[in-house]
Amino acid sequence: MSNILNEIGIENYIFLSVILFSIGVCGVLYRRNAIIVFMSIEIMLNAVNLLFVAFSTYHQDPQGQIFVFFSMAVAAAEVAVGLAILVSIFKNMGTISIDKLKNLKG
Amino acid sequence: MDTNLALLLLLAPFLGFLFNIFFGKSIGKTASGILGTLTVVLSFAVTLCFFTRINASQEAIQIQLFDWIQISNFKVDFGFLLDQLSVLWLLFVTGIGSLIHLYSISYMHDDENMHKFFAYLNLFIFFMITLVIGSNLLVLFIGWEGVGLCSYLLIGFWHKNQDFNDAAKKAFIMNRIGDLGLLIGIFILGSMFSTLDYNSLQAAISGATNLDVTTLSIAAFCLFIGACGKSAQIPLYTWLPDAMAGPTPVSALIHAATMVTAGIFMITRLNYVFDLAPDVQNIIAIVGAVTSLVAATIALVQTDIKKVLAYSTVSQLGLMFLALGLGAYEVAVFHVITHAFFKACLFLGSGSVIHALHGEQDMRNMGGLKKWMGVTFFTFLISSLAISGIPPFSGFFSKDEILMVAFEHNKVLWFIASLASLLTAFYMFRLLYLTFFNDFRGTEKQKNHLHESPALITFPLIVLAILAAVGGLISLPTNSWLNGYLAPLFSKEAHETHHFGTQEYSLMAIAVVGGLVGIGIAFSKYLKQKQVPESDENITGIAKTLYNKYYVDEAYDFVFVKSINGLSNFFRDQVETGLSSAVLGLGKITNEIGYQGKKVQSGSIGLYVFIFVLGLSAILTFLFLAQ
Repeated sequence: MSNILNEIGIENYIFLSVILFSIGVCGVLYRRNAIIVFMSIEIMLNAVNLLFVAFSTYHQDPQGQIFVFFSMAVAAAEVAVGLAILVSIFKNMGTISIDKLKNLKG
Repeated sequence: MDTNLALLLLLAPFLGFLFNIFFGKSIGKTASGILGTLTVVLSFAVTLCFFTRINASQEAIQIQLFDWIQISNFKVDFGFLLDQLSVLWLLFVTGIGSLIHLYSISYMHDDENMHKFFAYLNLFIFFMITLVIGSNLLVLFIGWEGVGLCSYLLIGFWHKNQDFNDAAKKAFIMNRIGDLGLLIGIFILGSMFSTLDYNSLQAAISGATNLDVTTLSIAAFCLFIGACGKSAQIPLYTWLPDAMAGPTPVSALIHAATMVTAGIFMITRLNYVFDLAPDVQNIIAIVGAVTSLVAATIALVQTDIKKVLAYSTVSQLGLMFLALGLGAYEVAVFHVITHAFFKACLFLGSGSVIHALHGEQDMRNMGGLKKWMGVTFFTFLISSLAISGIPPFSGFFSKDEILMVAFEHNKVLWFIASLASLLTAFYMFRLLYLTFFNDFRGTEKQKNHLHESPALITFPLIVLAILAAVGGLISLPTNSWLNGYLAPLFSKEAHETHHFGTQEYSLMAIAVVGGLVGIGIAFSKYLKQKQVPESDENITGIAKTLYNKYYVDEAYDFVFVKSINGLSNFFRDQVETGLSSAVLGLGKITNEIGYQGKKVQSGSIGLYVFIFVLGLSAILTFLFLAQ
């Protein structure tokens, strides 16, 4: 087990995580559909979770695993709330394109 | 016992004030008048008690009520000092005060606010007593401010007339200028000797080694400015003639007999300070002499009966200050007393005339009144003789003393004062002839109403006329009760040491002849030739200047009021607009920034997130590079 880990090496996990995170960021920045934005946020969160798990495995430290559970729980709750908001916005405005949602205008 | 008596003396008028102000309306006019009078009579009775005691024992009575202010080594007590000087002052303040209260019962009877009038009069008496019996300068200052306030209230008593209000304001403000001087003087004395008590001050000054005479002179000068305000000397005299806007009893009580002598009282009290400041004494003498002459010249052509008397008061006060400046304090006090008698009598007499003519004050519309108003005329005549310095009336003795002292010190001052006395005789008899002789020049309606005033008015007149006639007895040349009585107060020997030689008699003769000349000119002009002063628009030349009081008011108006107005307008129009536009400009700029910043908030979430990420990246990059 450990030699496999050594074979793969932690830097690959880090690269993967960075790639995932960047994909998430780009998704948030470039997509207009609110659902897609949410999904992109989930991707970012999962990229970080992946990092957590990788580090905890390589450093023999279970704390990281626990953090992952926390962040998953928080992400789930957040998405529940976010989706509820989106549904009510859709009911009101008939769209969830974030270009149209300008209610926060100063 | 003494404490209780002194408190009774002080608080009787105050209680009268309280009662009259709260319940005076409900108990009726006459009752409130009688009550107000009684309180002052009570004070007078107590004063008499003290006077007989002090006159017998020659000992001052010190009364300590409580410690008032105590800061490290500086201590002021609230206490009274009843000595020869203060009791003498109390005698004529409460005595003449009682008479004038009595007079007011009748004089003010048609006024709807009579109870208020009596309340103010009582309050005035209370403050005047405070001023006189305080044992230190701070208590004096309380009284000083209090009488100023009452003076304001009473000058503006008929407040429905805006001119009267202006006169009241003028009196108040001019007095404030003087009060500032007095306060500064008190502060300087307090900081020099860390006490304000008269006796301690005297002890400190006489016991001081290497005294700072310069500072002391400044203090004396500041105190003199205070006295100038209250006692209407140049340059702060213009309020007193205007103060005639008040009811006549007020003019008699406050602006002739009592309050305007407060400055003289204060200087006499602090004679040991002024004795050490000869320069200030010279200033006082010069100011007094000049004031007496200037005021006398103005009085020559005034047509308002009360204005003449007002300028005459200023002139007489000037003579008193001349005596003070020459160090002849007891002479000044003597003149204060005699002047209080005859000037109060003259004012009350003029009030009686005004009363009979229903408010007419212009002498051009009077004349021949002696036919109807015998008592008023006779008392007026006696007082006029007294003020003109005709023997054996009181004014002759006191004025003569002043002239004599002036002659000893300085011939120029003597000449000025003599000239002022001559003019005094002239304008007083001009007033007398215009008012009481020849034919009546008023309207028929007034003529039918002419009557002698009621007994309440004539009684005080008679009493005061008697006093004006015999008042000189208290200080006869070579046999002066007053000088002996006041002697313990003064460090210097009294001026009565000079024997009576030809010089003194010739001076007396000159003074009397001067008075008679003045009377003679008035006699020929106004009685023989029956001249009447021109109406306002026909006055020309020098008379016009005099009639307009040398344009002093206008000059003050131009120099102080106009310039300050100009300055304030400049500040309002230029400086303030500049400041406020700066302030408002700041606000505008902030607003503009906000308005521009608002546009950043487009509400586009995408943009927000983009910027957010950008910022985060920047921070991360920075942290990364910083390593």
